Amino acid sequence: MIIDWNHFSPWSALTGGALIGLAASLLLLANGRIAGVSGILGGLLRLDENDTPWQAAFVAGLLFAPALWAILMPGGLPLPSFTPEDGAGWGALILGGLLVGIGTRLANGCTSGHGVCGLARLSVRSLAAVLVFMAFGFLTVFVVRHILGN
Amino acid sequence: MAKTLVALLSGLIFGFGLIASGMSNPGKVKGFLDLAGQWDPSLALVMAGACGVALVPFAWARQRTTSWLGAAMPDNSLQSIDRRLLIGSALFGVGWGLSGFCPGPAVVGLGAGYQPGIVFVIAMLLGMVTFEWRLRRGVAGARGDE
Repeated sequence: MIIDWNHFSPWSALTGGALIGLAASLLLLANGRIAGVSGILGGLLRLDENDTPWQAAFVAGLLFAPALWAILMPGGLPLPSFTPEDGAGWGALILGGLLVGIGTRLANGCTSGHGVCGLARLSVRSLAAVLVFMAFGFLTVFVVRHILGN
Repeated sequence: MAKTLVALLSGLIFGFGLIASGMSNPGKVKGFLDLAGQWDPSLALVMAGACGVALVPFAWARQRTTSWLGAAMPDNSLQSIDRRLLIGSALFGVGWGLSGFCPGPAVVGLGAGYQPGIVFVIAMLLGMVTFEWRLRRGVAGARGDE
């Protein structure tokens, strides 16, 4: 293992993480709801008069965040790096999307629902989910980058 | 109305967190998942920061029966580590590793008009719809889930 010190960004990672924790705490304490993005998206697929308004509002917040960031933050929106030859071409992106959609609904949660909210309430079930999806994430990148050699 | 506004604010703060942390950058996510290459451990600190901040408010929420705005608190009774959880998480991990996207950052990418984010979200919603229409009937029927 070689640490990539050039890209290591501990302060922005911690600050960003703290904002995510704050957002999840606010939604739980004020609304009694879990800020799990896959659960919220899945919920929106079956309309419900109690849940659809807040779920749509939360997703709208995520969608408008980049525009608001570009207005408020000096330096503008950081550009994401995605190169199709970087192990994931468009086919891998589509397959990845399908698997994330099915998998997170089967598991009732993703990085936010299990990884943030579940761990914050010390749920062993969520810890199991996090360990499994991290392990398979590591394994998949290993296979794609170092065995298939992309 | 108040609950809708709180959800909007929470989504905005959440989105800022994803952008600030680097989670919305699939290249950085893959750098984190690439243990055998040039490993960028930053994203472990995102989870640490998020859980560190949320730990006390979540413990506090457990003591309450209703939220500040009078809603019921979530039901935490589902504790079982079953096949559905493990298989679902494994599939999610493979998809995450292939794409560098998980659901939140992908929605932020869609909002930014970022092409890979748009493609990923369409595929992810298709996966979720597939679950709703086909799988849910089979797996949820037996367990009375949700």
